Parts: sequence; C-alpha cells; structure tokens
Amino acid sequence: MISIKNLHASVEGTEILKGINLEVKPGEVHAVMGPNGSGKSTLANILAGREEYEVTEGSVSFLGNDLLEMAPEDRAREGLFLAFQYPVEIPGVSNANFLKTALNAIREHRGEDAMDAMEFLKLVKDRLQLVEMDQKFLQRSVNVSFSGGEKKRNEIFQMAVLEPKLGILDETDSGLDIDALKIVANGVNKLRSPERSFIVVTHYQRLLDYIVPDFVHVLAKGKIIKSGGAELAHYLEENGYDELLNANGKAAA
Amino acid sequence: MPQTPIKSEYDDKFGSPEQQETIEKITKSEYKWGFTTDIDTDLAPKGLNEDIVRFISAKKEEPEWLLEWRLKAFRQWQKMVEPKWPNVKYPEIDFQDAYYYAAPKQQKQLESLEEVDPKLRETFDKLGISITEQKRLTGVAVDAVMDSVSVATTFQKELQKHGIIFGSFSEAVKNHPELVRKYLGSVVPYTDNFYAALNSAVFSDGSFCYIPKGVRCPMELSTYFRINAANTGQFERTLIVAEEGAYVSYLEGCTAPMRDENQLHAAVVEIFVHDNAEVKYSTVQNWYPGDENGKGGVYNFVTKRAITHENAKVSWTQVETGSAITWKYPSVILKGDNSIGEFYSVALTNNYQQADTGTKMMHLGKNTRSTIISKGISAGKSQNSYRGLVRVGKNAENARNFSQCDSLLIGDKCGAHTFPYLEIKNSSAQVEHEATTSKIGEDQIFYLLQRGISEEDAINMIVNGYCKEVFRELPMEFAVEAQKLLAVSLEGSVG
Repeated sequence: MISIKNLHASVEGTEILKGINLEVKPGEVHAVMGPNGSGKSTLANILAGREEYEVTEGSVSFLGNDLLEMAPEDRAREGLFLAFQYPVEIPGVSNANFLKTALNAIREHRGEDAMDAMEFLKLVKDRLQLVEMDQKFLQRSVNVSFSGGEKKRNEIFQMAVLEPKLGILDETDSGLDIDALKIVANGVNKLRSPERSFIVVTHYQRLLDYIVPDFVHVLAKGKIIKSGGAELAHYLEENGYDELLNANGKAAA
Repeated sequence: MPQTPIKSEYDDKFGSPEQQETIEKITKSEYKWGFTTDIDTDLAPKGLNEDIVRFISAKKEEPEWLLEWRLKAFRQWQKMVEPKWPNVKYPEIDFQDAYYYAAPKQQKQLESLEEVDPKLRETFDKLGISITEQKRLTGVAVDAVMDSVSVATTFQKELQKHGIIFGSFSEAVKNHPELVRKYLGSVVPYTDNFYAALNSAVFSDGSFCYIPKGVRCPMELSTYFRINAANTGQFERTLIVAEEGAYVSYLEGCTAPMRDENQLHAAVVEIFVHDNAEVKYSTVQNWYPGDENGKGGVYNFVTKRAITHENAKVSWTQVETGSAITWKYPSVILKGDNSIGEFYSVALTNNYQQADTGTKMMHLGKNTRSTIISKGISAGKSQNSYRGLVRVGKNAENARNFSQCDSLLIGDKCGAHTFPYLEIKNSSAQVEHEATTSKIGEDQIFYLLQRGISEEDAINMIVNGYCKEVFRELPMEFAVEAQKLLAVSLEGSVG
C-alpha cells in the first residue's frame, strides 16, 4: 500500500523527521504513537501533501507511485484520505455540496460518471448511519459551529463516503468524550477491509482499545524507536513514554 | 491607471508561492462580453454645453418642462465639483472629451419586436438576453438599453393588462408625462451630487416602471444595459413607482465591450414606494473592468435611492464584479413608519479594479428597520472599500439597524477597507455593526484539496459560500448567473 523509506523532513530549517521507515500492506492497521512533538502529525501531513514541510531525504511509494511527486488533490483522488486533527470550517458551503464535489472529482479521476443527486443521497444516508449522524448534517455548512465531537465524526463520515484505500487518522481521538470516541472507532472498524489500510496517529492508547491495530510504532524525536503488536500500546499505557525514551537514549549512547 | 497597491495589513500568510500562482492563473481570465457591435450610430457632437443638452432633448422630442429641468441640472452641475472623498484613484476626467448622446440608428418607430435591427438582436442574443418573446418561457420582461437608447421591451401587452407600465424612459415621457413629471427627481434631486446633476442634464434613456395600486407584478422585470459606442458616456435614468400595496421585483444587468480608453457611466435610479408596497431591486453589474494591467474599463458613478412610505419595503441586492471604478451607494430613505430597507451586496474586485461602495439607510419614521449585509472580495491588486451610513433622525423612535460588513482577501497585493458612519439622534435606536476581515486560508484550500477537489473549484467554493447570504436574496435564475460570473471574474486572480 504505502512504503516510507528513510524519510527526513524539516520545517523552516528545523529537522522534524529524521529517517522514518514504515511499510503498510493492504488491510493492515498501523498505529503511530508518541509524545508531543515527536513528529507524528508532521508525518501525517507530509503524506497528505501539506506544503509547509520540506522533505529533505527519503522516498514514499503509494500504490507504486512516487507519492512525494504528486499534488495533494491527486493523492486524494488516488485514495489517500487524511482525517484532520483540526477540521477546517468552510462557511456557506453545505456538507452535502462539499462531499458531492469531492466524490465526483474522485470519480472523474477514476474515469467514472458523476454521481447524480439521487444516488448520492442514497449513499450518504447509508454512510451517515455509520457515525450515527443525523441527515441535518448534510445541510449544515462544513464544520461551522460543529462541536469537537461532531467535527471528528464528520471526518469519518467523509471517509466513509469517499472510500479511500488508505485512511490516515491524525489524533482523531483528541478532544473526544468516551461516547464520541466509541462512535468514531466503530465507524472506522466498519470501514476496515482486506483492501483498505489505516495509519492511526495518536498520543493515547485509549483509541487503540477500540480500533485494535495490527502494528504499533513508537515515534520519538523524529524516529521510530520501537515497533511491535497491539500489546506495545498497553505497555506504553502502563509505563508511559519515559521509560522507553530513556532506554532508547541509553542504547543510543 | 495602475497605482501602487496599498499593502494590506493582512499580508502575513496567503499560501505558498504555488498557490499564489494558481490564484493568479485563475483570476486572470479574460472578459467574455468584450465584443463590439458594428452598427450605425447616431452621435451628438463631442463635448458638453447647453446646446448639447438642447440637442438631446430635441432628439427625444421632449416637452418644454423637461428641457427646462435638464438645463437647470446642467447649470447646477457647472457649479459643482467632482467628489474626491471616495477611496479610489483615477486620472482627471475630461468631461468635454466624451460623447453625450449615442443611439443605434433606426429609421422609424417600431411596431413589433421583429422589426428590431437584426444586428442589435444578435448582440443581445450573444449576451443571453433574448429580446424576442422566448423570454416568455422564463417569465422575465426585458427592457434592453444599448448605449443610450432603449431598444425593445418584451411583454408590454401582457403587463398592460395589469395596468403596469414598463418600458423605456423616453416612451414614458411621451405617453405618461404626468407620471414622469410628478416623480422625476423626487427621490434624487438634480442638486444631489455631481454625477446625479450630470445625469439629470444629459440622460438619454433608461427604464420606467409603474405598478398601480394593489397590483403584484406577475413577472420579474428586467433591464439590460450595454455600452457599445466608443468614447461614450452612458447616462441612463431609471424610475420605479410602486403605488399603495404594489409589489415588483426588478433586475438590472450590465455589460460593455473591451476598450482601451475608459468609458463613463453615470446612472440614476429612483424608486418611490408608497404605503404597504414592496420593491426588490437586484443588480448584476459586469461592466468591463479593464485589462489585467488596469488599462481601460468603465468608470461607474451611480446614484441609486429609494424612499419608503408607511409599512413599505425596499431591498437592494447587488453583485458587483465589473467596472474599473465603482462609486455606488444604493440607499433608502425610510420616511414612513414601520418601513423597511435592506441592502445585500457582493462586490468583487480583481486586477486593478477599485470599488467604493456601500449604502445609506436614513431612518426618519418610527419603528423603521434596516439590514445591511456587505461582502467584499478583493483579489489581484485591487482595492475594495465598504462605505456605509446609518442615520437615525430625532423622530425615528425605535429604529433598528443591523449591519454586517465582511471582507475577504485573496492574495497579498489587494486591500479591503471599511468606512462605517453612524449618526444617531434618537436614544431609542438599536444599531448593531459587525465587521470581519478574512483571507482565503491555506488551511481551507488544503482541506478541500485533500478531499480531491481542484484548487480552482476549491476557491470558487469558498468564495461562493462566503457570498451565500447575498445570493439567496437574488431571484433563482440571477443567482446562478451571479455564481458563474463570480467564478469567471476570479479566474486568473486568485490562488
């Protein structure tokens, strides 16, 4: 699905990622965990194509294409979806109009016909149930006066409509109460399939109780310092990041 | 004339150089209505003096009182000076270097629409303004004005059934002189301002609309203005009278050919609204804005004003995307108790366009209410100013006003300015003013890109969303046109 090799990246001259290697196969769920400032969100944003980061070294292959050469909209059309940590408000643009435009841009890219209003409505009604959202959401302006939980659910709803091949969740759990967290996780779980992969970026292990990953990677100071199975997340929950960081510091010394 | 752009204070982060480039590409599209029609034109000699005023009046076979009124206006104009307070810059206008009368030559009085010069009809067809009866399908009656002369009005017979008078100003002078005489200058006197005085002296045509007592006009009435001849000032005059309890929705559209020199447009619109009547006036203004270097374009100096009597209502809705210079403040004198004034505006400037536009709401009656929603969009190197006055007179008990003035900046070389004025002389007034300035954020664009939407569509979507409150006030067909126009006007301007 995606293959990240020796990825280095910096912002305004400060190196944030210092050689990331990550291989995600179809159907796998990888969790990337790490303390604040470790570079987790940077990684997610670079994969989506945000421009303020400069990739200085390394390569990323996405479905056989050189991801770093692709424009952000082309990455999206090829099936890469980022669930934003801070979803953006677009006043005056209805969720429905926004999603229909996005969906049809992706379909056009695939050489498919644009979806008409009836078909679209049927699809979105179905997908709304996945995140337990009311139809009223469709007519509201994108993320405007949405609660924190609604914004995150809206991200997962969009993902469900656009059906990406790779979903990247950037701290989707932040700011969610336990009920909203369950709804969001449940939505993601329903989207899991042998063809679809996920990279779940999170600070806390809590989300991983509900979205059980196949692999967990611990990111610290721009590098993956440890990888393991779902049990690694539980270890972190009990022992915190410090022990691991210290051990790694000693090993490096 | 390109000026050094005033650097806006919001120039911190406007997206990456690539985004800027795209914005520039999108917003640099060409004006699509820039063709000229090769048609025989009847011109008055260049320049302006009393003889020209007499010439125009004679051409139009006007009664003596109207000539006298024009001459008074001309003498008044000579004593006046051009207003210098607007936040626009342009080279001195030589008022003697223009033609004040240009008419497509037509031999005789027309009996039916079929007799209209085919070339003229072609022009209006190209503009999508069919002056043939096919408009019946959409139910819009159109009065088409080319240069200074009204060319044809559709649906006159049907409107007559309801006692509605709708047609060219000249016809109204001939057929309903008593009505014209009663209302002409009653809302905008010729002494009002420099351009209103000029218009009063030399106006050559325009539209006249009269809705009798209790009549709800069964269709949208529409006027289409086009400047064709070179070096010509267009000075049309529109007068709308809604008698007690009447209702009308009126649309106005404008285009002009692309010319290197600047064309002058100074119109006056007067709306007289009697008790319990309502008038909706919608404009989509798309005069030629000049090229991307600021050469050419229409200078648009317009005075629009309505007066409302008891329980009456007026809404101005305008979408302004054209003109090199726009100077325009559609206003309402809220004279009658419980009357309502509304102003909804989208003003978009790109390249070197300059707009100084807004409204005046003058509350005189008790319980009068006004709403102002202004959406400014600046792109390229343009300057966009909102200027609004809310005045509450000392007898206007319980007057209420709500104003919302938003500015949206696209790119880092444009400017947005807001000049709200409040004059409150009654302590029971409630006046609210909200203003925001935002820029199309990198974050917003990236969010849409990440969903697979192209940058161009992303910008159009954000801009249209921003204007939604105004667009929903427009009649459906017009709203669609306005959205398209906005997209085209932004082409090559924004990233």
